Amino acid sequence: MTELHHLTLAELNEGLRARRFSSVELTRHFLARIERLNPALNALITVTAEQALAAAHRADELLASGEAGALAGLPLVHKDIFCTDGVLTTCGSRMLSNFVAPYDATIVEKLSQSGVVMLGKANMDEFAMGSSNETSFYGPVKNPWDLKKVPGGSSGGSAAAVAARLAPVATATDTGGSIRQPAALTGLTGLKPTYGRVSRYGMIAFASSLDQAGTLTYTAKDAALVLRDMAGFDPRDSTSVDTPVPDYLATLDQPLAGLKIGLLKEFFEGGLEESTAKLIREALQVYERLGAKLVEVSLPNLPLSVPTYYVVAPAECSSNLSRFDGVRFGYRCENPKDLVDMYKRSRGEGFGAEVKRRIMTGTYVLSAGYYDAYYLRAQKVRRLITDDFARAFQQVDVLMGPTSPTPAFDIGAKVDDPITMYLNDIYTIGANLAGLPALSIPCGTVGGLPVGLQIIGPHFAEAKLLNVAHGYQNETPWHRAIPKGYE
Amino acid sequence: MSLTDHDVKNIAHLARLELTEEQLPVYVDSLSKIFDFVAQLDAADTASVEPMAHPLADQVQRMRPDEVLDSDQHAKYQRNAPRVEADLYLVPKVIE
Repeated sequence: MTELHHLTLAELNEGLRARRFSSVELTRHFLARIERLNPALNALITVTAEQALAAAHRADELLASGEAGALAGLPLVHKDIFCTDGVLTTCGSRMLSNFVAPYDATIVEKLSQSGVVMLGKANMDEFAMGSSNETSFYGPVKNPWDLKKVPGGSSGGSAAAVAARLAPVATATDTGGSIRQPAALTGLTGLKPTYGRVSRYGMIAFASSLDQAGTLTYTAKDAALVLRDMAGFDPRDSTSVDTPVPDYLATLDQPLAGLKIGLLKEFFEGGLEESTAKLIREALQVYERLGAKLVEVSLPNLPLSVPTYYVVAPAECSSNLSRFDGVRFGYRCENPKDLVDMYKRSRGEGFGAEVKRRIMTGTYVLSAGYYDAYYLRAQKVRRLITDDFARAFQQVDVLMGPTSPTPAFDIGAKVDDPITMYLNDIYTIGANLAGLPALSIPCGTVGGLPVGLQIIGPHFAEAKLLNVAHGYQNETPWHRAIPKGYE
Repeated sequence: MSLTDHDVKNIAHLARLELTEEQLPVYVDSLSKIFDFVAQLDAADTASVEPMAHPLADQVQRMRPDEVLDSDQHAKYQRNAPRVEADLYLVPKVIE
């Protein structure tokens, strides 16, 4: 028999609307799974059971009256980077371990208006800085495919929760790959929209010119369903772009014959494991069967994307995180002897090791005498990389390659070597630097661990990306795979 | 490049971060490696390139009319403050 957690978000939506089950039943089902399975996974920091059941009751009433929003009654988990009014919002940090957000992030508000039922808040790398969910103050998240492995990061709690069927969708954020890499490592569809497509208001800032909110779901169709209600102009985010939100569901089934796919030469070089490369090539063959044409393209400056990112992102982080001063909110040290001592000890004790490393990296590259050599130069290389992408999109419709050089690695394996950890994001960072939409979809497994295919598109081409991903998912079973023990 | 203990202490001071004696050598090592790693950027020819501050071409940050939009919610906001008295945020004495 098909259980509720075997259904995709789109299927659950149909079931709710056909009154085959109620939102309260659905919510109770997932809350029971959370209670049973979350302790071993550590995917959620906060569970909002009471609030969820109240929201589910309201959704059922609206569904009965025919006035329900597009996502009414569907359970969801929010990454703990999004402010939720009256609910603990930690950003995975000791610094905010006592912070009850006084307002909702725009996306939280928009999705509530559509009727979603928040089940809880997902664990994450501290302030979204990490690629393995090991930097969280709340401890590492385990990968449901193998509890000894990381789920990826920084949206590791969101990914583990959806992969383990604790919720059919989670919100997430992506600054250098933090949606796509965990999606790849846990066998999910992870969409990072174009910079400016989704509001950043109420999303705790890491690197403001790179951060973007998106979704972790089973299918591209599910992502289309959620993005439609999440995206859109927000006057409260000064970088939000005022351009209409298309109906992403309407174009999902367009045929892929004639699609021009660019293969990123640089993505198949370097640290890519052969077993991962093989699955990517097989995925490309599926597209060829659907009538797509493969074209090799080169982005000569792309290999510089990781060093560029590790100047730009820490610089913005050091500026954004200066707001945590122990005065207005967050952690304050005991018995400060003066103001500077209070700042230094509150920040020294409140931030974890990786966050301190990035703040110091950023402080250094922005300091007098080093600004031109590091920050300004990185901003120039960022333009070279962006121009490379723009040239590629004159030739092709989308770019494809791996999301991550390897499947999920062992917890603890890379934690002592920041550079090795940073290189995990070698394939994902380019899209953030250029502000491009990108997604990762599951395309097979290596040794029982999922592998992700990455698809990158031109600015605001989310509809095309979802269409291209949906076409593949119609032909393949990978997005239906459930980790053992979570069936 | 090789940072010294003194360099890292100075960076930590600028960033207002207290480091413990055990943390210092870890950051001397890892920050030195990070700056070596990002030195790859020196290889790029950027002589005639404009720095990029915004990922979307032609986007500028909007201005909005200077109007009060929010209501007074200081009591709600101050619930998150470590120390408050008479609606004021308390910090250690600044002026003797």
